[in-house]
Amino acid sequence: MTAPLLDLASARKRLVADMSGIVASTFAFGLVFGLSARAAGYSPLEAIASSVLVFAGSAQFAAAGLVAAGVGWPVIVVTTFFLNSRHLLYAAALRPSLATRRSTERAAMAHVLTDEAFALSMVHFRRLGRPDSRGYWLAAIGAVFIPWNVATIVGVVGGSRVADPTALGLDVVFPAAMAGIAVALIVGRRELVAVAAGIGVAVVVGLVGDPRIGILAGGLIGPLVGMAVPATPIEAGRDASGEPPIGDPMP
Amino acid sequence: MTVDLVGLAVLMAAVTYPSRALPLLVPGFERLPAPALTYLRLVGPAMLAALAAVSVLLDEEAGITFGIEAVAVLLCVGIVAWRRSLLPGLIVAVGLVALARAAGLV
Repeated sequence: MTAPLLDLASARKRLVADMSGIVASTFAFGLVFGLSARAAGYSPLEAIASSVLVFAGSAQFAAAGLVAAGVGWPVIVVTTFFLNSRHLLYAAALRPSLATRRSTERAAMAHVLTDEAFALSMVHFRRLGRPDSRGYWLAAIGAVFIPWNVATIVGVVGGSRVADPTALGLDVVFPAAMAGIAVALIVGRRELVAVAAGIGVAVVVGLVGDPRIGILAGGLIGPLVGMAVPATPIEAGRDASGEPPIGDPMP
Repeated sequence: MTVDLVGLAVLMAAVTYPSRALPLLVPGFERLPAPALTYLRLVGPAMLAALAAVSVLLDEEAGITFGIEAVAVLLCVGIVAWRRSLLPGLIVAVGLVALARAAGLV
């Protein structure tokens, strides 16, 4: 592990500050999902079941659209599998950091693993110089699970009385947060190249095919391009030590 | 109140959970060779950047696009790189988009 940049209290304080923007974004998206589910004919119980059990925004949105269009369940289930397959990479990247936790805890952690939880906890672990399972839970539950589910209920029950969150610009929080956290994770030229290649591949594949496949392709191919770049002496030492993915302190 | 779609939610959860859980639960995953760990370290920034780029640069009808949302994201990236803190970047990004929409510019 690397030397910590911050002590535990300070790192968690920064985590909570980072979470505040994600909470607003998650609430806005959850609200829109609740409204979409209501429009698609979901009952409140069905919408809540989707948000609690599936807990994967893009797949839930896609399912609501497909249900509204009268598409059969098998197609929706297969679509869900492909949309959520990127979580495999997140879980793989987190595994070395969570290896010391009990398997039952890791099994529970898996259910709340989202784009946001992954991004927040990776940055938090790096600030701290070591993993922090409570930080993971805080990010996953506090920033995503609770706001998403509360907003789903508000949207599906409140219906037309709810204001449109896009008018407030809240729809930009998600891409801005993901991009900002990606920047915070860049600590060397390999990360920089991986990011640039990931963006290029995602956009090109998204243009000629499905944007969701583009995201997955960017996340898979970008790191390969990054690894092709000669390592700096610092990066070489880090790679040789087999350091876990949360490795480096911020510059 | 209908409950039919609860069954669909259960099926969707059943195909989602393995992607999230298998790498966290399969024994030996933490003893991967150094190149695999290097690859995994690069997955986070690459995947998150790809997510952000596709969200603001691709439009289902127009193809590639560069609107106020992309400007807001770039501004956020610049502020995060400068201040090493996410929140100020998000506030500026949201403020810019809200102002532009309120002014009828987009």
